[in-house]
Amino acid sequence: MEEVDVEPAITNIPAASAGTHLGFAWGPGDILVYETLYKASGAIGSGCPCIHEVRKDEDIYSPILRKLFNESHHIFVGLQTIGEDLPSKNKKPQFVSISKNYRSVIRACMEELQQVVSILLAIELIWNLCEVLFIDAAPAGSLLLHLLDWVRLHKADVDEKAREVLQSESPAEHHDYWNVVVSYVLQGRLEEARQMLVKQATLQPAARSMYKLMDTLLSKMPFYNPGGTQTLTEFDVKWRHWHEEVDRCLQDNSFASNKHLEVICKILVGDEDTLLEHKDLLSTWYHFLVTRLLFCHPTVKPTELHYYAQSCLTMFLDSRSVPEPLDSILLAAFEFDIHQVIKDCSIALNNWWFVAHLTDLLDHCKLLQSHNLHFGSNLREFLLLEYASGLFTHHSLWQLAVDYFDHCPEFGRVYLELQIERVPLDTERKALKVLRICEQRQMSEQVRSICKIMAMRALRNNRLGSALSWSIRAKDAAFATLISEKFLQDYCARGTFSDLDLIDNLGPAMLLSDRLTFLGKYREFHKLYGEKRSGEAAKLLLSLMTAKIAPRSFWMTLLTDALPLLEQKEVIFSADQTHELMFCLEELTSLNTTDEDTELTKVELLRLALARNLARAIVKEGTVEA
Amino acid sequence: MFVARSIAADHKDLIHDVSYDFHGRRMATCSSDQSVKTHSGSVWRVTWAHPEFGQVLASCSFDRTAAVWEEIVGESNDKQRGLSHWIKRTTLVDSRTSVTDVKFAPKHMGLMLTTCSADGVVRIYEAPDVMNLSQWSLQHEISCKLSCSCISWNPSSSRAHPPMFAVGSDDSNVTYGGKVQIYEYNENTRKYAKAETLMTVTDAVHDIAFAPNLGRSFHVLAIATKDVRIFKLVPMRKESTSTGPTKFEVQIVAQFDNHNSQVWRVSWNITSTLLASSGDDGCVRLWKANYMDNWKCTGILKGDGSPLSGSSGQPTAMSTVVGSSVHTSQNALNGMSAGRYFFPPLDLPRAGTRYGHLLPPSSLIEHCDAEPIQPQQQPLPHRHSSRALLPLPEAEGQ
Repeated sequence: MEEVDVEPAITNIPAASAGTHLGFAWGPGDILVYETLYKASGAIGSGCPCIHEVRKDEDIYSPILRKLFNESHHIFVGLQTIGEDLPSKNKKPQFVSISKNYRSVIRACMEELQQVVSILLAIELIWNLCEVLFIDAAPAGSLLLHLLDWVRLHKADVDEKAREVLQSESPAEHHDYWNVVVSYVLQGRLEEARQMLVKQATLQPAARSMYKLMDTLLSKMPFYNPGGTQTLTEFDVKWRHWHEEVDRCLQDNSFASNKHLEVICKILVGDEDTLLEHKDLLSTWYHFLVTRLLFCHPTVKPTELHYYAQSCLTMFLDSRSVPEPLDSILLAAFEFDIHQVIKDCSIALNNWWFVAHLTDLLDHCKLLQSHNLHFGSNLREFLLLEYASGLFTHHSLWQLAVDYFDHCPEFGRVYLELQIERVPLDTERKALKVLRICEQRQMSEQVRSICKIMAMRALRNNRLGSALSWSIRAKDAAFATLISEKFLQDYCARGTFSDLDLIDNLGPAMLLSDRLTFLGKYREFHKLYGEKRSGEAAKLLLSLMTAKIAPRSFWMTLLTDALPLLEQKEVIFSADQTHELMFCLEELTSLNTTDEDTELTKVELLRLALARNLARAIVKEGTVEA
Repeated sequence: MFVARSIAADHKDLIHDVSYDFHGRRMATCSSDQSVKTHSGSVWRVTWAHPEFGQVLASCSFDRTAAVWEEIVGESNDKQRGLSHWIKRTTLVDSRTSVTDVKFAPKHMGLMLTTCSADGVVRIYEAPDVMNLSQWSLQHEISCKLSCSCISWNPSSSRAHPPMFAVGSDDSNVTYGGKVQIYEYNENTRKYAKAETLMTVTDAVHDIAFAPNLGRSFHVLAIATKDVRIFKLVPMRKESTSTGPTKFEVQIVAQFDNHNSQVWRVSWNITSTLLASSGDDGCVRLWKANYMDNWKCTGILKGDGSPLSGSSGQPTAMSTVVGSSVHTSQNALNGMSAGRYFFPPLDLPRAGTRYGHLLPPSSLIEHCDAEPIQPQQQPLPHRHSSRALLPLPEAEGQ
């Protein structure tokens, strides 16, 4: 498929002088640009260099469009889960209903947002046409009816004008009266046209027969009824009869004396020149197209549309005006060139929202594949990835993007992995939110990384408890060891533990690292001691050393902790236990060659206490209970 | 695209490099201005380590050194509690010539820093203890025979891909044809060996960048030379007996000479969907591939030559900053350039500067907070054949 080369847009950066170089750095949703000079050392630049933040003209920062994104997200997720087992025939009404949901979301946003209304109107117009032609895929007969609805929906000023006319003193004499009548006819709203004409008829009793004739013609115009028993061919025959009757009236000059009625008659017969004379009432070429089809060829087939569309466009626009982007998009739709529609929309519209969602829906309807595009699903995924990536830069919309990535089978996961680890973890709450998303998708590396980042951040801010719980969550043994060390150092320095709650409730997480286990057990010892469960405390204390859970560096502290237990009135440590303690002390002192006074005094004190305890223990164990 | 805001950088001189941190919350800038002494030569590049290692920056300079900086939260006395400042943890002085680029290796390799110098040597350092950033050991010293200008690591953490980096050279020596070399780590020899030289790149290379991997089996490398080039490196299947580096099939994916001049920088966005390049023509160009894998230019950022209006008062604020933060002892550095770092007011407000601090005083921060510089609003140039859609006539009726 040939790609039209579109010139890239140029964005001007305010710079002190042209001719310098532009340096750049990628940001999360923007690019930083600054003046520089490559390969110049010590160059004296101008006075005040500036760094400019450049962003794409995307509208995601508008709060109203955020509502659009939020609502359409629900619809998108619902669409992905429509049962695969249903045959396509049964799914069509669901797809049409989803299409209508999207459109109602667009209309809901339109009501709130004035500036962007024109773009949204265009989007809705295009989407509506795509729904009629591609999703609903109306066959000949219904096709025209749908197109009529389409035009009526997007040309609502008729009703306003009609209201104004009807509310006036004398509607039939209002300067806009005939405009309203003709507009009704152009839109095929013949019932309303008839009601309006009645008012005129009562004012002109002399021309009553003429008005009666017109009324009859209008009432007899056949409209195809898709649900009825009449076949298309039968309808066609009936329509031709009616058409001939109208033509006869024209030839008979039945309305010659009333130029307005004559005009209406000409319209009914489908006279192109008359239609073109009312460009101002039609206002668009596609209205012209539909009206022309209504009065010339109501049984138009989908495949015939493009021929009529092209010629109507040409006829409607005078030689001076250039087709607008919207025109070429609609034309491409009439030509059933879905790919071209998507491409033109991507170029003309500023964000990916529209093309991404529409293409996704069309892909679900299996329309992209049926057009023999081998890159059908790639196109859908490409657009969804673009849209979702754009959302990711927003501080709250990024969460919507996750679902979109989930439904991109080829690259969705890796895109999500790359994007989600860049989400700034401003608060613990946000970090937990990001984590939950990663955990749900078994993105274990991202989980580990986020926990590590949070742990590191907590550690740098000296919040040891937070750091510890994050490293446990990260299953990072090395870091947990490091933090446990800090806790222990803290204890040695201050004599108390911080973050007791955390350490007390470690549970099985304690086993993550040896140091952490020791920390937990050591705290347990303190608890036991505090609860006066001296026997258990003593046992635990000893086991910490003998089972080598405690680091050697901490043994002195542990032995010092044993002192109060040794000096209790009752004997707590048994003889065997005391022996073990003595052994530990000797092991410790044989390695240490410190002659610090405090150290020596402590050792002496311990030796004394241990010896005394040993004596008492031996006596106690040797005593036969009476 | 449009200029969302402009931040007055706290430099008196040319900015050489700007780097966003991993989460895009802070940026570091380096320059050749005369302010607080960090390096004693122009600082060429600055780069952030992965936040798993804390807040760590590395810089490299014309003064033949690379430096590592760490942010620590002050706790020494109550006044400093909660405030943070940056301190230089180490200076790497192994190079005999200007250090032209500094990059951290992918995080799964640990905290490893790579420098390349004008004398053609690539050095890889490792910090075995992440908590002690003053200890770095030189793990590898690789001689590339050509003066090096830039280096880029392959970010892939896939087990199928051994660690790999690319080195670019701006050497004018024509004997050695290829100016881009690819080195790969060999598990057996525990060394880096040259895997590939891109012989088709014969002009000076100024910047080089591996694209994020996206789980692909092949690698994508962008090169800034006399034009922008994108290469695809497809690893060829290794026989089980082969112990040498991987052989690659090198394909050129795209080549753009739109800059019509030397291209100085190339860089990929996070998902490798956009490549940005900056050239001698004073423009930054953005390149994108469509779903058919065809690359084309999708945007141009161009200096418009208009000086910034003085109405915002920025220049005054700037000189205040320089005045208050430069101490007389530093003024002795006449003729010497120094680097300096600036953090935009996305962070917590700081109390003020002090010697060794690398932060602007609050007066400048307030100024930045209040009103970003409003450049003259240029009308956004529209694309050639796709103007914004005209309002439909129904708009009135709605």
